[in-house]
Amino acid sequence: MLRYIANRLLLMIPTLLGVAVVVFFLLRVVPGDVVEVKLRGDGGTVSEETLTAERKRLGLDKPLMTQFKDWMVGLATLDLGKSMWTDQPVLAEIAPRLELSIQVAIMATIVAVLISIPLGTLAALKRDTWVDYLVRMISIGGLAIPSFWLGMLIMLALLAVFNWLPSMTFTPIYVDPVANLTQLIWPAVAVGYRYAAVVARMVRSSLLEVMNEDYVRTARAKGVPEKRVVSRHALRNALLPAITVIGLEFAFLIGGLVVTEQVFNLNGIGKLFVQSVSRNDFTLIQGMVMLIALFYVLVNLGVDLLYAALDPRIRYR
Amino acid sequence: MLNRLTRSLTIATAAALALAAGPAGAQAPKKGGTLNFAISAETPHYDCHGSDTYATLHFAAPFYSTLLRFDLDKYPAVKGDLAQSWTVAPDLLTYTFKLHPNVTFSDGSALTSADIKATYDRLRNPPQGVVSTRRATFRDIDTIETPDPSTVIFKMKSVNAAMLEHFASPWNCIYSAKVLAEDPNAPKTKILGSGPFLFVEHSKGSHVAGKRNDKYFRQGLPYLDGFKGVFTLQAAAMLNALQGGQLLAEFRGISPAERDRLVQAMGDKIRIEESSWTLNLLVVFNVTKKPFDDVRVRQALNMAIDRWGGSVGLARISTLRAVGGVIRPGSPYATPEAELVKLPGFGKDIKKSREEAKKLLAAAGVPSLKFVLHNRNLAMPYTPAGIFLVDQWRQIGVTAEHKQTDTAPYLAAMNSGNFDVAIDFSNLFMDEPSLGLSKFVSFSRAPENRSRANDPELDTLFDQQVRELDMAKRIGLIKRFEERLITQSYQAPILWWHRIVASHKTVMGWKMSPSHNLGADLGEVWLNQ
Amino acid sequence: MDTTPDIAEIEAPAPRRRSLVVAFCRRQPLGAVSFVVILVMMLAGIFSNVVAPYDPVAVDFAAILQPPSWDHWLGTDAFGRDILSRVIHGARTALFIGFMSSFVGSTVGAILGAASAYFGGRIDDVLQRLIDILLAFPIIVLALVVVAVLGKSLVFGIDVNLVVAIAIPIVPKVARVVRSAALSVRAMPYIDAARAAGYSHGRIILRHMAPNLAAPYIIMLTAYIAQAILLEASLSFLGLGVTEPTPAWGLMLSGMANDLFDKAPWMIIFPGLAISLAVFAFNLFGDSLRDWLDPKFKA
Repeated sequence: MLRYIANRLLLMIPTLLGVAVVVFFLLRVVPGDVVEVKLRGDGGTVSEETLTAERKRLGLDKPLMTQFKDWMVGLATLDLGKSMWTDQPVLAEIAPRLELSIQVAIMATIVAVLISIPLGTLAALKRDTWVDYLVRMISIGGLAIPSFWLGMLIMLALLAVFNWLPSMTFTPIYVDPVANLTQLIWPAVAVGYRYAAVVARMVRSSLLEVMNEDYVRTARAKGVPEKRVVSRHALRNALLPAITVIGLEFAFLIGGLVVTEQVFNLNGIGKLFVQSVSRNDFTLIQGMVMLIALFYVLVNLGVDLLYAALDPRIRYR
Repeated sequence: MLNRLTRSLTIATAAALALAAGPAGAQAPKKGGTLNFAISAETPHYDCHGSDTYATLHFAAPFYSTLLRFDLDKYPAVKGDLAQSWTVAPDLLTYTFKLHPNVTFSDGSALTSADIKATYDRLRNPPQGVVSTRRATFRDIDTIETPDPSTVIFKMKSVNAAMLEHFASPWNCIYSAKVLAEDPNAPKTKILGSGPFLFVEHSKGSHVAGKRNDKYFRQGLPYLDGFKGVFTLQAAAMLNALQGGQLLAEFRGISPAERDRLVQAMGDKIRIEESSWTLNLLVVFNVTKKPFDDVRVRQALNMAIDRWGGSVGLARISTLRAVGGVIRPGSPYATPEAELVKLPGFGKDIKKSREEAKKLLAAAGVPSLKFVLHNRNLAMPYTPAGIFLVDQWRQIGVTAEHKQTDTAPYLAAMNSGNFDVAIDFSNLFMDEPSLGLSKFVSFSRAPENRSRANDPELDTLFDQQVRELDMAKRIGLIKRFEERLITQSYQAPILWWHRIVASHKTVMGWKMSPSHNLGADLGEVWLNQ
Repeated sequence: MDTTPDIAEIEAPAPRRRSLVVAFCRRQPLGAVSFVVILVMMLAGIFSNVVAPYDPVAVDFAAILQPPSWDHWLGTDAFGRDILSRVIHGARTALFIGFMSSFVGSTVGAILGAASAYFGGRIDDVLQRLIDILLAFPIIVLALVVVAVLGKSLVFGIDVNLVVAIAIPIVPKVARVVRSAALSVRAMPYIDAARAAGYSHGRIILRHMAPNLAAPYIIMLTAYIAQAILLEASLSFLGLGVTEPTPAWGLMLSGMANDLFDKAPWMIIFPGLAISLAVFAFNLFGDSLRDWLDPKFKA
């Protein structure tokens, strides 16, 4: 087992290395340059020398491989460099936004889990009845309705019905829990609906499979009450694939809420990402991509390990 | 009998009370309160000298002072800020300023003429690693003398008719000489100013906060206890917050649709102020690409644009409104309408203009021209302008493909000359013609001339008007400049923007002007709560 | 004893067409309904020039922001353009980009997955690494970066680079699934037999493995059309996908539609419904396909 973990951690390195190479060189192909946007973006008229001097200061005039080497060396020492737009350390730019994004992701997960597991179970148990169809329709609705559109509708419903809107600025939960929760519950719901749909479908289909397994039939034959059959035997095993999905979706939420954050004006990673892409702020983009990739890979590993821990049949060599 | 007495007494008392309340609207400013307002973009750093975006001013202006400032009640007149009084020599080569006594920076150190000198030296001669965006505007300064701590004397190399306006520019925040000596780039990350407010915090991506400077050199100001500028990068979020009362104002400008929405939702709780804006959109033809080197093609495309008709529709849905030439309509230098309509593209008979445009295209051999229109990827008002132009050209049989890109690739295309036709913009902070006309002179002189055209006639006219002190003669030169530019159609203004500022009626003392870069210091703003 | 397998056994039998369709409709009524919806959308998209009552890019400042009426069934937008016409033309954009992106992404992914499983060894390792790298990016992050890199390049009015940008995140997902399926096929004895018989790699992959991979391939293809449509809507909403004045559902939700929601809610409601309907139909159809072709299949 430990060998497996060590193996996976080692495999992470070439993957992350690959991500670093891909993102670095891909970005350098993008037309346009951050210095230009910073100094001339709003119609200012700076001289060419000023632009050149600024590029020099940011190290953009060095040959490509040198820039790459510098950045890789920095990565090795966990120094992600400074944002080309604000000159602040990349980590300092990312940290406060990451806090918000993680909180929204956690809240969305809670919403999703609370909705999806009961609904998915119900649909599986009452297969092919109207309950099942209803749940399946609701699930597909969740997959079909763009969560940013749902977010827009939520914001406007709040305004129209209650004439109230969530706070514009983020207060951490330990400072003012009420303001914090009332701001973040709405994006959590908008995102959680889709999230719940994905998980509910998975719960339903894996529960259906498990219910046909031998050990369930044995339990029934032994006279165990149906409720215990489901909760004790079936559900526990059916939830394993659901956990995989929950984990993967959670990882996706960290970097993937780009549009939802726009709609709710949330100061999160997604918004920062869009901004830095439009400004060609290479160091910030690279830093965020590396962090998100690292996160993804770790969550993947975590989910696989959890799976192995919960299912005694699975053993990794 | 008693009834009549009671009645008279009631009327008398009512009258007395009404008189005591004073004339409606003339209220004395109240001290106190925190102003929460929206800033639609977050500044990359705090250094006004090296920035060209209003985001920096809306963020930092409350913390700093300038030598002079624009008098927004009598725009474009100037009045003193740090300068208590000033004299200008008759030959316009010497400017002497006397500073207010007892001005201090927020750390307690005194502000003296040395700080003014250090600031202006940085502006005109930035040291290694420092960016001074408007460096060229200080070219005419020869020396800066400081005979005593409260006197600064600027000696000029040559006459610059606009020098006082440059001293009043909101971008010329006065920094501490001591701080600049230690680290010339300090203003980018540290705020040390003499303005009405003290810097409290900047929460990245979220907001900026300031509190009252009790030692502000203007007695009795500021009225506010503090302010919070919240970065709202989406218009919808900003409108929602204004409507909900979490934010009380937005000082840059909103679109007519946004204004209508606020008025409808909030009725008389919202105040709307409107003015023409020192911003415009231009259509640019790249003369180094065929067939735009042919003046007939350029003229035809220019003439096909129904500015007068289009402005009616566009004014309803976008910030574009006024039809104007190279100077903002409403400024004393602008060409009056009667003269403007004689220029190609500015006539009121669009049918006739379009007929002629088609003839010109046919004569030039490209009756069904196809090209790519480069535009910035900003919803307001670049997108409507692009849609409008594509539609206008469609009506003379020309197919323009609308290509909208982010700022970075757009600028890259503009700089490399890798485009046929583009929509460009002028972002001026004052009406001063030398500022606005500089991008139309020959490319060899002005690399910011997107059309890459070289025209010695325009250069001569420009140089003449810069030194011309007689207003009437100067306007004449500017008119000839405009005529030459638009007849040659290297570039032509499409429409000028219209500024609409919304604030809750409780926000008082803020002054409207044609530039969103002015009036950002909040020193005289108060809340009527 | 003749141990060379009969050629006929190696060839996969071809299914008979007509009875399939009928059987499908009977067993999967929802799938049939959703297919009809998809067909209607496709026809609307293909014949949009005929079906749409107005020119979707014709600006008419006299008719801006009109609510649904007999003249304009779904109302007009901020430029006076007919929303119904724009939704219909938007179907063309959405379906074309959705189908092309999913097709390109799934096909490339399937080829990579099959090749990876077939060749095994070093090639498999390298390809697996590549797939892992691509999978480490959230979809929208990858699409954003690719769009920024490739910029815009319009071919026949459609943004080819956008198709590529949306296809790229799909490749690794399909590759991974097809690889697992291909691994089990690879283990079948007739594959080794075909090698022994001297068939080329290409022929074996295409002729012998492909039919067994058809089921997961088709299922993923339809599933990712839905994803691609959503991704295109998100990118256009952010201003990075299709741009004005091309009609596209996501684009219609952004900009002025967003600002003017409470004045002109029809600007947001109908494009949003169109996106939801399209994604709904493709998901339902994909589900039914999966239930019918391969009930044990799990993505």
